[in-house]
Amino acid sequence: MSAATPAPADGTFCFTPENEGTARAIIAKYPPRRQASAVLPLLDLAQRQNGGWLSQAALDYVAQYLQMPPIRVYEVATFYTMFNLKPVGRHHIQVCTNLPCWLRGSDAIVAACRKHLGIGPGETTADGAFTVSEVECAGACVNAPMVQIGDDYYEDLTADSMGSILETLKAGGTPKPGSQSGRHSCEPAGGVTSLTSTPAVQRFLEKKAEGNR
Amino acid sequence: MLRDQDRVFTNLYGFDSPYLEAARARGDWDNTKDIIVRGRETLTKDVREAGLRGRGGAGFNTGMKWSFMPKEVSPGRPHYLVVNADEGEPGTCKDREIMRHEPHKLLEGCVLAGSAMGAQAAYIYVRGEFYREAEVLQRAIDEAYGAGLLGPNACGAGARFDVYVHRGAGAYICGEETALIESLEGKKGQPRLKPPFPANVGLYGCPTTVNNVETISVVPAILRRGSGWFLGLGRPRNTGTKLFNISGHVNQPCTVEEEMGVPLKELIERHAGGVRGGWNNLLAVIPGGSSVPLLPKAVCDSVHMDFDSLAAVKSGLGTAAVIVMDKSTDVVRAIARLSRFYKHESCGQCTPCREGTGWMWRVMERLADGRGSIEEIDVLEQVTRQVEGHTICALGDAAAWPIQGLIRHFRPEIERRIAERKASPNQRSAA
Repeated sequence: MSAATPAPADGTFCFTPENEGTARAIIAKYPPRRQASAVLPLLDLAQRQNGGWLSQAALDYVAQYLQMPPIRVYEVATFYTMFNLKPVGRHHIQVCTNLPCWLRGSDAIVAACRKHLGIGPGETTADGAFTVSEVECAGACVNAPMVQIGDDYYEDLTADSMGSILETLKAGGTPKPGSQSGRHSCEPAGGVTSLTSTPAVQRFLEKKAEGNR
Repeated sequence: MLRDQDRVFTNLYGFDSPYLEAARARGDWDNTKDIIVRGRETLTKDVREAGLRGRGGAGFNTGMKWSFMPKEVSPGRPHYLVVNADEGEPGTCKDREIMRHEPHKLLEGCVLAGSAMGAQAAYIYVRGEFYREAEVLQRAIDEAYGAGLLGPNACGAGARFDVYVHRGAGAYICGEETALIESLEGKKGQPRLKPPFPANVGLYGCPTTVNNVETISVVPAILRRGSGWFLGLGRPRNTGTKLFNISGHVNQPCTVEEEMGVPLKELIERHAGGVRGGWNNLLAVIPGGSSVPLLPKAVCDSVHMDFDSLAAVKSGLGTAAVIVMDKSTDVVRAIARLSRFYKHESCGQCTPCREGTGWMWRVMERLADGRGSIEEIDVLEQVTRQVEGHTICALGDAAAWPIQGLIRHFRPEIERRIAERKASPNQRSAA
């Protein structure tokens, strides 16, 4: 989705030529006459093109595109949480507050959003730049607390690192996704406890030791 | 401790590239053809004898599940392998690491499992939020097609095999295998009534087997090293290695591959840096993802992490997602948070779950505040029994079990709050 393109007025929707090609490639993954299988990916494609949300026109367009009764597409669009049926901010901050994140301080992450953006879960800033949502487990629990912004995960957060991510976004920058505490991925923060005999881990540890010197 | 040479996921942490050249150097796709040509029955038998139990939570013997597929492929009814990558059980983040760091293990597993069940195509259903993981996986698939590992003559074994990534769109229930199939067909993810089982009537009405990412990804190692190797790890009926996710109140949350049956205490102390504030500061552990009942410290002291050991203490291995809670935890509120999750994720199809999850959540919220009466704890317990086992899928059970575990082990804490609130009704109960 392009941040520069305002959401079109509800009334018309049509895939761009590029997305038309993508849509055809998606449909080709499924057997003949099973094109309804493409409804989730096509709604996702439409949502990206439409500035992050699905208008009635976009839903009807996808229904027609897949030769599905519109009601079947509405059912799907309202069932899955990733489809936004009303406009969202350019940056959609999805804060996980499920148990593993909550145990590691997701309340402070929600509070940081409130402090830096002035909005709570379910709200959008007046300038349309940010929407904050509370979401269920995003599946990065050993890197809790975490948020998803757009397609990226930001992990191992503190109130401070969440604040600087939001300030970077406000200033038009792109914060670096992944762990914010310096971990590579899901290894123990204090150092790996397994796989130490594998070449890649040894190379990594050597590089890290050099960096520390 | 598990020796490094017995570990399957040697690039678990992504220190090395996930892509083909590096994956081959790690041993993936090494003469896959030689394994495929052993034939359907041998592959299925070897996996069955290795004792591999499904890594998605239910723990059913994988080779046995494959053997339910029809022996012959009927015209017009192709067999499908569907890989469940809709990882969403709170606490669980193991399949994510496989997809982004070891995608070729998953793809090779798809070819081998597919061969073992007479399938020529696999769909990998990746939860929608895992956009970056799906990107890595797709690039790995493109590489595999380019190298002839997938496609018309997959691995040179003479048969076609295709793998497709399908992204979901945010619905925990789609991790249930028949809901996943419905979703893959382009519908709401509402579980199907069984029978018929997917092995007879699955995706597009065709014979289908749904397996978890981790299950499929360990298949190449089993078939390459032999079922004897896998049987030699772990404990009887609980063989092999397992990815554990250790989250919550530990000093170093992490994902690690360990032997099945590793003592919980050893797992936490050796790999996760111990419980915050020391082992004696432990309150409780949820050992297998949000759906399984929690265990108080006394049980955690000695329990082993495998299917049968955890079932024996009225919990379960589930997805092996270990959620650790220290003594600072408001345990009633913690379980209330899970109740809210199940209420949010109920698909609404069965009345006991649709109505029950919301009811149980509301009561849990009251109990967390100390509002309510002692008798309500019993009513709540009875209601969990009326939801459990009375729904099409296991989401109703999953919503009931955490509450049952809480009442079983922490009833005095719930009662204490009620008594405290009664004594000073104008105060919010302290944690």
